[in-house]
Amino acid sequence: MGILRTITIRVLYAAALLFAVLVLNFSLMHLAPGDVADTISQSMGGADQEILDEIRVSYGLDQPFIVQLGKYIANVAQFDLGYSFFYNQPVSRLILERLPATLLLVITAQIAALLIGVVLGVISARKPKGISNYVVTFLALFGYSAPVFWTGILLLITFSLNVHWFPVAGMRDVTIEGGFWTHFADVARHLVLPAVTLGSIFLALYSRLSRASMMEVLGSDYIRTAKAKGLSDHQVVYKHALKNALSPVITLAGLQFSAVLSGAVLVEAVFSWPGLGTLAFQSIIARDTPTILGILFFSALVVIVGNLLTDLALRLVDPRVGGRK
Amino acid sequence: MTRPEVQEEDTPQAQHPVIESWAMFRKNTAAVAALALLILITFGAIFGPTLYPTDPFEMVWAPFSPPGEEGFLLGTDYLGRDLLAMIINGAKVSLMIGLSAALMTVMIGVTVGALAGFYRGIVEEILMRITEFFQVLPTLLFSMVLVALFGASLPMITFAIGIVSWTAVARITRSEFLRIRELEYVTASRASGASNMKLMFRVILPNALPPIIVQSALMVGSAILFEAGLSFLGLTDPNVVSWGQIIGSNRQYILDAGYTVTIPGVAIFVTVLAISLVGDGLNDALNPKLRQR
Repeated sequence: MGILRTITIRVLYAAALLFAVLVLNFSLMHLAPGDVADTISQSMGGADQEILDEIRVSYGLDQPFIVQLGKYIANVAQFDLGYSFFYNQPVSRLILERLPATLLLVITAQIAALLIGVVLGVISARKPKGISNYVVTFLALFGYSAPVFWTGILLLITFSLNVHWFPVAGMRDVTIEGGFWTHFADVARHLVLPAVTLGSIFLALYSRLSRASMMEVLGSDYIRTAKAKGLSDHQVVYKHALKNALSPVITLAGLQFSAVLSGAVLVEAVFSWPGLGTLAFQSIIARDTPTILGILFFSALVVIVGNLLTDLALRLVDPRVGGRK
Repeated sequence: MTRPEVQEEDTPQAQHPVIESWAMFRKNTAAVAALALLILITFGAIFGPTLYPTDPFEMVWAPFSPPGEEGFLLGTDYLGRDLLAMIINGAKVSLMIGLSAALMTVMIGVTVGALAGFYRGIVEEILMRITEFFQVLPTLLFSMVLVALFGASLPMITFAIGIVSWTAVARITRSEFLRIRELEYVTASRASGASNMKLMFRVILPNALPPIIVQSALMVGSAILFEAGLSFLGLTDPNVVSWGQIIGSNRQYILDAGYTVTIPGVAIFVTVLAISLVGDGLNDALNPKLRQR
């Protein structure tokens, strides 16, 4: 009933946020020292004032801020994020090329962290004095305090340089030939260390929260009823309790899109993973403003859409969410 | 005339809240040890450069001389610079940026949260929308963009970290204000004619402080990690040494000299770990009700 209206409101709201990101993006581009004309003249090896002015006119840089902003937004609406003079490619194509690698890394890391985190959390909630509790506490402290790029380098030294279990960098070995499964195995081998590194930050979060949430649920009345009915411990925990204990964990996971993307930048830099983070890093070194801002816009888009989907999914799964408002 | 001696042991006396909290804090051994360690690190950062005056930028020996050999406790890096001198001088930058960025997040966060929670209505609506806007921007990417566009000076880096991290503080402050503003003593001081300013900062804020203090302590740790990340990527003032930057500049040489990366990482890890343990201790000390869980 009201769900359609809720969805419409959420989507409109997401669009408004996106619009705000665009305005911020454009203002940053405007405020930053140097403009497109400077970049072009640099790549030509310098130009005099007349040519600079000409370029500015042909790119519409002489027009008032509001007009330029309108043009920029109209362009973005058609998914034209500008042109990278460093890569000699449209920014949108650059981003779409790099997107799959980042998504692969981020999704693998998140799913692994969620699965392992929930399992650890449930085990330690059932045995509050067991060894798994120390594991969760240790993971939480480590995950919070260790810089993620350092964790990555330590894993790299241990598992790639010392024992050669995993490749040192990149996403695939170009010398490998064979069918789909050979390549699949190759990418999977490259993926292990980056995904473990990125997952380590979030594993701490999820295991701690699912432990707390599980303990709370296990103490509630309906669990006592289920036990009194004579259900086995296993059934009580995994069929009755887990469903309710998961809700806050999923909510939290949905809020992590922004943090995951930030972590991915560092992890990609350590493992030379050919994704958006590496692109961001390279374009910052090259002072390639259109690409940098394109990535910022695009990752905000990913976060907004991700939040929207989590929100809607939770509303569908858990009727208690968003009863009012 | 002398007053009669009062038997103090029998009547429990209300102590000053700070003393009471300290007594609670002291029970957490890990937090006390972490606090001692933090004090030690801070002293090292302040007085270290005087006590160990080797210039962190100077080439003092052959590159990649391993720790303990040739007279350098932590060895030398890829340019033959003394790693110990770099770690000591890096501590200052890491701690300074950590503290000032955390201070900035607390000032923005408390102001936004207090205004939103106190005035409600349209003010709250607008401020919370702004908060959400900042939560949508991927933090590290946004500060990378700021530093890249406007220059990698220490104030700019501090600003770039602060401007993306204040949202958590704002949310906590707001929810505390929402809770406390309905309490009776607030109504009482409103009735006795306290101005809004006084209500906000003299009546409500002191009672909202415990969770804010805990969050601020954690903020220092995450700001240090944040700075380390930025400088690892090379987005740092080239004229100063920082821990993340040592890792970033030596990382091509991990095959020859893993310690040039491991040691500064341990410095970051230990510092942030100590801060989060102290944060845990503060949480126990300031919210005694949570202890029973």
